[in-house]
Amino acid sequence: MNAQSLTTGVGSDTGGRVRVELAVSGLTCPTCVQSLESALRAVPGVARATVNLATGRAFVEYDPEKTGLAVVHEAMKTAGYRVGTATARFAIEGIMCASCVTKIERALTATPGVLTAGVRVGTEEAVVEYLPALTDLAAVKAAVSSAGYQVAGAPPPMSPPAVDAEAEAREREYRTLMRQWWFGAAVGTFTMIMSYPWLFPGLRELFPRESHRLWYMWAFMGAASLAVILYSGRHFFTGAWQALTHRAANMHTLIALGTGVAWVYSTIVLLFPRIFPSSDFLDVYYDVTVVVIALVDLGLAMELRAKGRTSEAIKKLIGLGAKTARVVRDGQELDIPVEEVLVGDVVVVRPGEKIPVDGEIVEGASAVDESMVTGESLPVEKKAGDEVIGATINKTGAFRFRATKVGKDTALANIIRMVQDAQGSKVPVQRIVDVVSGYFTPAVAILAILGFMIWYTFGPPPALVYALIVAVTTLIIACPCALGMATPMSLTTGVGLGALNGILIRGGEALQTAQKLQTIILDKTGTITHGKPVLTDVLVTGAQREDELLRLVGAVEKSSEHPLAAAIVEGATARGLALPGVEAFNAIPGHGIEARVEGHEVLVGNVKLMRDRKVAAGELEGHASRLADEGKTPMYVGIDGGAAGIVAVADTVKADSKEAIQALTAMGLEVVMMTGDNERTGKAIGHQVGIDRVLAEVLPQDKAFNVQKLQLEGKQVGMVGDGINDAPALAQADVGFAIGTGTDVAIAASDVTLIKGSLRGVVLAIEISRATMRNVYQNLAGAFVYNVLGLPVALGVLYPFLGILLSPLLAALAMSFSSVTVIANANRLKRWKPRPAGEGAS
Amino acid sequence: MTWDKIVVNLAGLALIAFIVWFFWLVKAQGVKAALTSAGYQEQMVLVKGGYTPDVIVVQQGKPVRLNFVRQESASCSEMVLLPAFNKSAKLPEGETVPVEFLPTDPGEYEFACQMGMFRGRLIVEP
Repeated sequence: MNAQSLTTGVGSDTGGRVRVELAVSGLTCPTCVQSLESALRAVPGVARATVNLATGRAFVEYDPEKTGLAVVHEAMKTAGYRVGTATARFAIEGIMCASCVTKIERALTATPGVLTAGVRVGTEEAVVEYLPALTDLAAVKAAVSSAGYQVAGAPPPMSPPAVDAEAEAREREYRTLMRQWWFGAAVGTFTMIMSYPWLFPGLRELFPRESHRLWYMWAFMGAASLAVILYSGRHFFTGAWQALTHRAANMHTLIALGTGVAWVYSTIVLLFPRIFPSSDFLDVYYDVTVVVIALVDLGLAMELRAKGRTSEAIKKLIGLGAKTARVVRDGQELDIPVEEVLVGDVVVVRPGEKIPVDGEIVEGASAVDESMVTGESLPVEKKAGDEVIGATINKTGAFRFRATKVGKDTALANIIRMVQDAQGSKVPVQRIVDVVSGYFTPAVAILAILGFMIWYTFGPPPALVYALIVAVTTLIIACPCALGMATPMSLTTGVGLGALNGILIRGGEALQTAQKLQTIILDKTGTITHGKPVLTDVLVTGAQREDELLRLVGAVEKSSEHPLAAAIVEGATARGLALPGVEAFNAIPGHGIEARVEGHEVLVGNVKLMRDRKVAAGELEGHASRLADEGKTPMYVGIDGGAAGIVAVADTVKADSKEAIQALTAMGLEVVMMTGDNERTGKAIGHQVGIDRVLAEVLPQDKAFNVQKLQLEGKQVGMVGDGINDAPALAQADVGFAIGTGTDVAIAASDVTLIKGSLRGVVLAIEISRATMRNVYQNLAGAFVYNVLGLPVALGVLYPFLGILLSPLLAALAMSFSSVTVIANANRLKRWKPRPAGEGAS
Repeated sequence: MTWDKIVVNLAGLALIAFIVWFFWLVKAQGVKAALTSAGYQEQMVLVKGGYTPDVIVVQQGKPVRLNFVRQESASCSEMVLLPAFNKSAKLPEGETVPVEFLPTDPGEYEFACQMGMFRGRLIVEP
């Protein structure tokens, strides 16, 4: 074993030559090996080049004085092969001049494994392309510091940085809003008191009406409120202006208009009191401006907080991923960030560790807890050749696996992306809301103007003051935000809730349709049942012993290739029986098999075989027909010319299928089973799990047509099946539920993917969709009712009858409160818990 | 009715007429997406208080790439949705986020932020 330096890659016995190992993609045929090897050897300075097709790796030995890795890499690229490279981008502190750039670039390219390096002065960052097989980010950064510069910030964030950045941006905005609120609130309290000094004993005497002292105080308040507008309320005004340039109007427009009008009116009163006919008009409304801005800021801050919680599901999913991986490179185990793992890397996993990426076990065995990805609570046994999923936890043994999917291709990354897409989709009811909210804001502005006109024309004196208050209150109370947020907030929470329970919902449309389903079609094989036959019964006649019969039959079936044979062999082995060798094995197509075992002539097959060989089945025929009625496949056994017994195999029902079907029925759904089997078997399984309506003998290509037939009965039909065979039927159904397993979970093109292969997922999915849609409707109803009731009250409809006129301050409070309520209600959905298995649905 | 009331009401009606005209009657002219050498119809969209441009005209049957650049921190606009194409994207501040899709049928489609405060239209021409 030649000791190699990890940092230089120079081996002790290579005579100063550098030996590198590169993972190559695009190696598909033996001739590729030839062409790549010759291409590499053609590079001046390369001493040896060997390519291994099986591992997909190239070993290159070169003289570092004559050539470099970049040249080798270029040669491979020209030959048409790609090497897995990684690109890192990081900020460097203290780059002042162009000469620094060359210095750092030189230091970087001198690092073995670095292909290209570019440093930009403008953005003070470096972009480095390197071979993760040869170096890692830490070595690259060490090169930067060796040149005398500092990589900015702490070690690179291991967790997906985008999420952190988003959370950070939210936090920043929250803090800004809170500062704006406190400033507004401080000025607001003062302004509110000083706007009505005659209400407070003490102040009444100090600031009498129409006194100079009060005028100065009000002028000061005007300046203070301008400061509030500029600091706490600027975003409303800039937002409103930007919207206007797009010929749009939004919440900002309404707030800016309302507070702006109040401020301008107050300032005119202060500066030009003489244009008003009476002193009744001479009050100022700076308090409205300040308090409304402050309250809306507070509302926005609270909204932001609540919103952050809505996307917790995604954060939890991302948090599942491993941060580092232990890979074998150059015969050494290296801990590297999970982002640097390449396809083809051999990864070492010890007991208790997280499996970093998707792959296939090459060595060792263990039990793996896959509950975080599949929802399956029991650890799954894995041995060489089995798939492992990234982010699952290795329990008992140590093993090595070859990475097959890394980065954005892993099952977890797919799940996260799917959930994110779904959260960003729209629920169909949202379309109506969109149409409404498109007209909402200008309509509110029109209402405010109409209100002003009516109050000015017909209102009590001082008409101008009333008209103004009504208009301002109307602008402020309207809350397009609550309306706009009602559905997205619930949808995000609902989809996240599903993901955390192993149910991937494709989008808002699937969610809305799922709660309206009336009929659920279940595919039998693989959905209700395990999809794999097992030995269920052994019946014997006379003096035969069960185990003895099974031992002989198992021995015969061991040589058979029939799919049912494997079930019998497995059943026999499970009972601890050692299967002897057979002689004179003969398979008779359509009938069965015969062979000699330990001197006995053994026949296994159907009734036709028994008749052919003149074996009287006798009482066994009755048993056989009973077993067939139970949906099993009976096989007669004859030994030395006499009927010896029956073995039966059947596809067994999954443990929780019956209970899930009961729950579905209890939820008011009609459950239908669809199967390619004959009526008898279908009915038998249907009877076992409690399904009355069975569509039997459905050819695979007719499944979609049968779904359509049920839809023609005017029903909303859901179809549950596996994603591959049943794809057309899943697509035809109003909602297709694919039962997925393994790493392909997120790829199935269905509306809902149940990661855990259990029917209980269907129950959960429908329950979640019902809970979510209920939440959506609550939110929508709340937002509509709020606006529909709030606007007329703000316009003063109640005034002629009850003398009630809303203050703009109360309007601001109500408005902030309404959007916070919507989000709080959506967050309430998160407390939804699946009913524990066994309780059934109420 | 006194003269001041007549003036106020006339002004109010004029203002209402203006609002109706400004927000609902005027349709903005669309911007035609440029065709790149790679065959994409590409268009940069600035996200700042709205989408600029907010009406984008593309050809049917050729892939479209909209590069969104968000230059504001208001959380309202942190996501853009194209429900008709089942696409959505998070828009981190200051980053260019490409959204790609293939318009197969001519018509008018909407793109908007999650709350529907910002809206843009995509016109697919045959």
